[in-house]
Amino acid sequence: MTETSRPNRWQRFAEWDARPLRLDKFAKEDPANGFSAFRSPNDPKPGVAVMAGRIAAMDGVLAHDFDMIDAFIAAHHLNPMVVDEAMAIPSEALARMLVDMNVPRAELVRLAHGLTPAKLADVVSRLNALEIAFAYSKMRARKTPGNQAHVTNAKDDPLQLAADAAVAVAYGFDEVETTMRVARNAWSNAVACAVGAAVGRWGVLFQCSSEEAEELRIGMAGFTSYAETVSVYGTEKSFTDGDDTPWSKGFLAAAYASRGIKMRCTSGAGSELLMGFHQSQTLLYLEARCLCLQRGMGVQGTQNGGIDGAPLTATVPGGVRELMAENLIAVWLDLECASGNDARSSESEIRVGAKILPYLIAGSDLICSGFGSVLAYDNSFNPSLFNAEEMEDYLVLQRDFEADGGLTPLAEHRALDLRVRAVEAISAVLEELELGRPTQDMKNSVVMASGSADTRSYSPGEVAPISAAIQDREITVIDVIKALARRGFAPEAQNLLNVVKLRVSGDYLQTSAMVRDGRVLSAINDPNDYQGPGSGYRMSETRRQEINDIRDILDQDVVLRAEAEHKGAEALRIAYPVTGPAQQGGAADEVVIGISPAFGLNLFQTTAGHKLSQVLRVMVQGIESRGLRARVVRFRHTADTSFLGLSAARLSGSGIGIGIQAKGTAVIHSASRLPHNNLELFSNAPITGLEHYAGFGRNAAAYALGEAPEPVVVPTRGEAMGSRYHARVALIYAIETGLTQEGAVPQEIRLKFLEGRQ
Amino acid sequence: MKGLKVADYPLAETRPDQIRGTRGMALNDITLDAVMAGAVTMEDLQITPGALRDQAEVALDAGRPTLGLNFQRAAELVAVPQEVIMATYELLRPGRAKTRQELLDRADVLRFEYNAPMIADFILEAAQVYEKRGVFTYRF
Repeated sequence: MTETSRPNRWQRFAEWDARPLRLDKFAKEDPANGFSAFRSPNDPKPGVAVMAGRIAAMDGVLAHDFDMIDAFIAAHHLNPMVVDEAMAIPSEALARMLVDMNVPRAELVRLAHGLTPAKLADVVSRLNALEIAFAYSKMRARKTPGNQAHVTNAKDDPLQLAADAAVAVAYGFDEVETTMRVARNAWSNAVACAVGAAVGRWGVLFQCSSEEAEELRIGMAGFTSYAETVSVYGTEKSFTDGDDTPWSKGFLAAAYASRGIKMRCTSGAGSELLMGFHQSQTLLYLEARCLCLQRGMGVQGTQNGGIDGAPLTATVPGGVRELMAENLIAVWLDLECASGNDARSSESEIRVGAKILPYLIAGSDLICSGFGSVLAYDNSFNPSLFNAEEMEDYLVLQRDFEADGGLTPLAEHRALDLRVRAVEAISAVLEELELGRPTQDMKNSVVMASGSADTRSYSPGEVAPISAAIQDREITVIDVIKALARRGFAPEAQNLLNVVKLRVSGDYLQTSAMVRDGRVLSAINDPNDYQGPGSGYRMSETRRQEINDIRDILDQDVVLRAEAEHKGAEALRIAYPVTGPAQQGGAADEVVIGISPAFGLNLFQTTAGHKLSQVLRVMVQGIESRGLRARVVRFRHTADTSFLGLSAARLSGSGIGIGIQAKGTAVIHSASRLPHNNLELFSNAPITGLEHYAGFGRNAAAYALGEAPEPVVVPTRGEAMGSRYHARVALIYAIETGLTQEGAVPQEIRLKFLEGRQ
Repeated sequence: MKGLKVADYPLAETRPDQIRGTRGMALNDITLDAVMAGAVTMEDLQITPGALRDQAEVALDAGRPTLGLNFQRAAELVAVPQEVIMATYELLRPGRAKTRQELLDRADVLRFEYNAPMIADFILEAAQVYEKRGVFTYRF
């Protein structure tokens, strides 16, 4: 048995197994079983035949053989007057037109009225991900981007719903969507969110996702202003399995509009696959059918981009590109697009960040059709791509790319004020309408809590009778407005009234309508006019400043104020008296320590948090432990570590010097070496400890004694380069360089450690 | 037809005096004071067929004919009671109507009782397709 056993695994794979990404599962491309984003032999070739002004055949199917979806699209989407012209344009040419800024959006929209599902899918599938994002940016209907929030909680607690709705409104969401853990709590949830959304400003559109008939009734009572639960599917079997037909849904579209309620349909890749009726056709082709159907129904918009099928779609090759591609078809068809980015499609934060980026940069009518403004566990729709946990990540992405993702940073004190106000407002409504009497403890717990796990408020069972009472007593939004006003919440009453008044004119029923600054803004009066750089949506300077104003921003004042807090304590430990110009040393038993301009004067601790008095003390002790002397010189002509070290070495009788900056970066230098060719360097100040500085002192002495010591190594795993340090380090260094003067003479310092005052 | 164009939008801004609820109350008269005085009902906060037809004209001018048609169908449904709307929706769902005739009857009701010819035609079109596609079958 002389052979050693062969290693059975490279350990790297075990490490990869432990990463969140590996919780994601990936599916093999398999068109026969519906697992294909863009390519399947079962997708029809694009084509259309018009006879006597009617569609006689479409995408390889004769009119006689049309299924319900074909029949609806042929009757209501395709415009026979445009079909021949549009279908005659090669797909490659149409694809180029989509990314050509010189081809106006209106022209492409006109042509789309004559394009079949197979043709639309064929065209967009020719674009790569970047081209799709660009075309999306050009083709989306409304110029100004927006965003939508989910506001729900695990207890259906009305107090928390109101508080969270108010916060979502303050973050700038244009729409708020709620749903329930317990179906019968729909009425209570709707009232609570409507009241919360009226705190702070008016104009946020609001919906309560519930059963179709009930949702319409809640809307008629005035508690909601839009709906997006009307789902459509890309195969006939899926449609009927979903218990609807294109005509039943089309009828609902008219019904919602007749009640003055804004509506969009919902469709997304993967739903047919999930329901088991995919006809071996691609995700994109089936989605193109859904979207043509929606335009035919005459809905103003769509919630589209995988939606509940997004996690499944993301498992197939090109799945995420497909989600972008179907959104592009939606906007090409001139539909408002609430572009998905809701169901969390990955456990990898990198995949999540990558997923959102094209939408953030391109903009979208509603970038997320459900950004989880509440904690993931409180999201009754299931966790979103982004949840409250990642709110600040999203805000920073906006700032990084100077991209308007529809949200605005919210100051901590403002958030607290809004929560108090919203909880008081909904409590007043519950009391006035004799629906409940929340205690102060319930209210306080909700104001403070990040999520429902930390509240002492209503449980789902306690909400049910409230919800039933609202429904049974036929309470309407007018009753709620009156209750608010009677109890001193006049601004909220007015805000709620303003939202309900929207439905009288119906202006907000038009494509891509939202309310900004008290005005309806839609594709009609804010059309996307992108025609190249300088056109389309551009942030105003005011808006840019809003986005930039995230929490905890450093500037030189902040750094100096923080440093100044240490000034008094350091003065008790160390003094840096100047005795005159520094002299050239003659004694071979000295090591000169060159300190930087602000060292101990304006700056008092290293980036690792060590007091500069202690750093100097251990360094001096290290030098003295080898029987040598330390002499301290302050340089004012440079703040650069290498030159601090080299200048120190040149003044040193031994020819060995240490240079150190206030932030803790240090170097051992020899007078005989080139500036950046030092003997030893501590570049990782944030992780450099006192023991390392002590070792630095010993080694400097050892070099002076002619020895070749083992260099002091600060063990690093890259922490010191963490981005937590960069801004502060640069600001600190700027303070040092700000004090330098050309030709300033080095100062001899008679360092005094003030004993017993450590 | 009023010949409304994109430039007339938003109608609540360009012609607030002409925007009125079902009972004729003008948009500008719907104030918080009026609500508190009990002068405002849910009817005053309802869209009218006229407003929907106005929005249809705007949609058409903006190049959105299908959206305009939906607004016109919606205009016909404003006066249709909620229970009739929900019953009609239910009947259009798969397998609810067992025969083509049930849908034809429903279309007649909407055409003659509620003066909703476009909705009636929409239902007739459904009946035709449902028959061809076998939607009038029993569903458990």
